[in-house]
Amino acid sequence: MGRIRGNSSNLTALPKVRVVIAKPGLDGHDRGARVIARALRDAGMEVIYTGLRQTPEQIVSAALQEDADVIGLSILSGAHMHICPRVVELLGEKGMRDVIVVVGGIIPDVDIPRLNALGIHGIFLPGTPMQDVVEFIRRNARARAESVPSS
Amino acid sequence: MWLKSAGTIQFDWMKRATTADAAGQRSFRTISGRTIDELYTPADVAGLDYQRDLGDPGQFPYTRGIHRTGYRGRLWTMRQFSGFGTPEETNQRYQHLLRAGGTGLSVAFDLPTLMGRDPDHPLSLGEVGKCGVNVTSLADMETLFDGIDLGSITTSMTINSPAAMIFAMYLVVAEKQALRRGSAQGGAWQTLSGTIQNDILKEFIAQKEYIYPPRPSMRLITDIFRFCAAEVPKWNTISVSGYHIREAGATAAQELAFTLRDGVEYVQYGIDAGLDVDTFAPRISFFFNAHSDFFEEIAKYRAARRIWAHVMRDRFKASNPRSLQLRFHTQTAGVSLTAQQPYNNVVRTALQALSAVLGGTQSLHTNSLDEALALPTAEAATLALRTQQIIAHETGVTAEVDPLGGSYFVETLTRDLEDEALAYFDTIDRMGGMVAAIERGYPQREIAESAYAFQQAVESRGQIIVGVNDFVAEDEASIGILYIDDTTAERQIAKLQRLRASRDNGAVRKALDALADGARGEANTMPLLLDAVRAYATIGEMCDALRVVWGEYEETPVI
Repeated sequence: MGRIRGNSSNLTALPKVRVVIAKPGLDGHDRGARVIARALRDAGMEVIYTGLRQTPEQIVSAALQEDADVIGLSILSGAHMHICPRVVELLGEKGMRDVIVVVGGIIPDVDIPRLNALGIHGIFLPGTPMQDVVEFIRRNARARAESVPSS
Repeated sequence: MWLKSAGTIQFDWMKRATTADAAGQRSFRTISGRTIDELYTPADVAGLDYQRDLGDPGQFPYTRGIHRTGYRGRLWTMRQFSGFGTPEETNQRYQHLLRAGGTGLSVAFDLPTLMGRDPDHPLSLGEVGKCGVNVTSLADMETLFDGIDLGSITTSMTINSPAAMIFAMYLVVAEKQALRRGSAQGGAWQTLSGTIQNDILKEFIAQKEYIYPPRPSMRLITDIFRFCAAEVPKWNTISVSGYHIREAGATAAQELAFTLRDGVEYVQYGIDAGLDVDTFAPRISFFFNAHSDFFEEIAKYRAARRIWAHVMRDRFKASNPRSLQLRFHTQTAGVSLTAQQPYNNVVRTALQALSAVLGGTQSLHTNSLDEALALPTAEAATLALRTQQIIAHETGVTAEVDPLGGSYFVETLTRDLEDEALAYFDTIDRMGGMVAAIERGYPQREIAESAYAFQQAVESRGQIIVGVNDFVAEDEASIGILYIDDTTAERQIAKLQRLRASRDNGAVRKALDALADGARGEANTMPLLLDAVRAYATIGEMCDALRVVWGEYEETPVI
């Protein structure tokens, strides 16, 4: 896994939001995942990028190990309705329901309510400004990052 | 949208376009960040020698095109990439495209096929038939081309890691069609024409659909070069691809440089495998992206031809003119298309396609307007094809072989792109070649930097994307899209189970063992794969046999 740390010199003493960015499934198109990982790092978050072809089990296990506040899934292949429910289910099994799951990629409109029903509200389609993703994560993950003592 | 300034109305895009940079100079840049001067004049091309640097179309160094008569002699091939769901469904789409006047087929495979996995493999979950058609065995390939005479069309197949396996399936379908007609199998292969992408280097660099490590992957490719030189002489054995490199975020110059340097690597490996350059180099073709910066793209194609002609003549001492002529397919830039205001994509695609035509492409895929949303509907795919037909038959641009040759601007851009690409060649040569550069992560990092810089330009609105960061519509009507349901996976898995129950599994095992043995030694893998295909071994079984011998590649993720 590639770990990158934000430049701490220009940050306040607030605990950093910890984000696992993952590429599930067989697809290798990782431009979006990597650009977002850098944008979140530049916004002062701690970003762990899993690399390609991770199963939901591997992703949740990485989030557990890394004490992640957020899991960001990049899915362009159309497999999101298989992968997202499984990730949410595994988070439930491991008592990690407070981890926020966000998804970026090619997601047809009809699937958005179905993802919302799983508790996934950060759904970022092509053309989303990086700043919108950063703000969504800040707004939703800050409480968790502050409530969990950093290890 | 606009503001008033000193009594004149100024739209805010005008304001941005004339913003002074730090030095107080107005700055105009291409989408790749190249600064463009206000005016180019004879002084910019004073160093250009017509015979040496341009030549007439059809003459070395082919800057103006590889054919003397351009599109007057023959139009480009309108080759629309398509595939989805089951082979049965995709076969119907192909029949539709051929009836609509398409002149070649281009197969999009799904991710399990591209990654050499059967549909019942755990990693195939949710992926079967989604990004392309699922092809598991010869039985699926027979269905895919049912009712289509492979002798009378050309087919391009976008397949890389398992290119040899899929190509073997295609060859056996052609063989069976010939036998049904009562002609000899050998005859069918001698005239069979088409292309396999078979470009593993760009997978490591950009698209990341690799299976084996780079060096055994290169061996599969040189096995195909050798096999085809004797058995399938009209087949294009590789389509060295910049498309995916550009989509991953490369600039125009990086696309040009990495693609052509990949080409150099393949030729070098072929020569190192003991092949005479002129036996396989004529069958190498290229595949470029047509992005949105109109003139920079045209210059890129022209520079590509000139660089390749020089490399093949001077570096590899090729003498067959066909070895020196860079032929290429183009696809308009999927990455430039937007989910917002999707009808705008029709316009983007038309302009990109025009740049490819003015750049002298041999074949062209135009993206559908719904590319950023899903795989295309039949209506969207038809409109994309019509776009090409309008360029070909209504605009008049095909009448002149090279309308832009001699333009001060275009010739300067061509030379600048060539210089930049050759500088990358030097860097990569110093690293020990492209395989070594990839192992060090060099092109991957260069592209990641460019991708991030581009995204920052979009965020700061230094780069405007209509409908995304400017000219945004509040209420957008949604368009109908193609939705692949999950019965595709069920149907493909059911067929696979029936196949495993009905075929001669002893023969399959024997063929797979022979394949693994051949891979451990020096044998050409193509005949061994053909035997495995004839026994109806699946793509997963064939790829697994080689996974055991060669292992799988894993990259160190870099951001």
